[in-house]
Amino acid sequence: MKAIVNVFLKNGVLDSQGKAVQHALSGHGFDSVKDVRVGKQIIIEMNESDATLAKEKVAHMCEELLANTVIEDYEIEIQA
Amino acid sequence: MKVGIIQFPGTNCEYDTQHAFAVLGCETQILWHKEESIPSDMDLVVAAGGFSYGDYLRSGAIAKMSPIMKALKIYADNGGKVLGICNGFQVLTETGLLPGALKRNEGLHFISRHHHLKVISNDNDFLRHCRVDEIVNIPIAHHDGNFYIDASGLSELYANNQVLLKYTDGSGNIDNPNGSVDSIAGICNKSKNVFGLMPHPERAMEALLGSKDGKQMLEGFINA
Repeated sequence: MKAIVNVFLKNGVLDSQGKAVQHALSGHGFDSVKDVRVGKQIIIEMNESDATLAKEKVAHMCEELLANTVIEDYEIEIQA
Repeated sequence: MKVGIIQFPGTNCEYDTQHAFAVLGCETQILWHKEESIPSDMDLVVAAGGFSYGDYLRSGAIAKMSPIMKALKIYADNGGKVLGICNGFQVLTETGLLPGALKRNEGLHFISRHHHLKVISNDNDFLRHCRVDEIVNIPIAHHDGNFYIDASGLSELYANNQVLLKYTDGSGNIDNPNGSVDSIAGICNKSKNVFGLMPHPERAMEALLGSKDGKQMLEGFINA
């Protein structure tokens, strides 16, 4: 089982990297760009066959280490 | 007076810190991060600057999982004095010993230069030898020094005199190098035994090297 974790800065916390990328894209003529957010993706291979249990475990990992919940939100996707 | 200095893989200011406290007449001891307890004779434990675990994932994030951090939490909860400098500050916020978080600098650059700081509160062991509104000149060297805390956390910091230092120019006007909330450079916890700052007082010990303003700051811990 595989867990895909996406970590992003919370809404309301300024994402300087996202703004810089947005600026660069706009500067290169990509007029349709409205907003850019930069985050990170963490891919975890797991010895776990129960998807619900896997998600619970990964959520615990996010709270403990993978995300800093003072400034970041996370999303978890479990793949078979 | 005995000062313990925590060393993670990637810490690189432990010997400067050791030298600074030795100059102040302290006995010092490097504490490897695998240690599971803080020696009982420590009067102060410093989480030194550097790049613990290469800043992987987030600055200070992996260091907080080291065995010594559990011991440090117990030490601090029992009133032990803790100082986090630069990466050490990041480790302390990640651990929850200090509120808030340190984000990537707003301008995205690593900044390494002397910066002026204004003393906001001296009602604590760290800055008791400084005057309120005094301007000190201390080097900064960081990529992730952009202090963030939400509005309620910020008002709590002010209400308890936990805001210690702000980035200013030489005349005391706000001059924010990295986007920190309210230009905050250093804070302490509510019980005023855990301190953290991004600037490096241990690098400001000799006038010959640019500034000795760090001396009176670190001296606060002596016989406090």
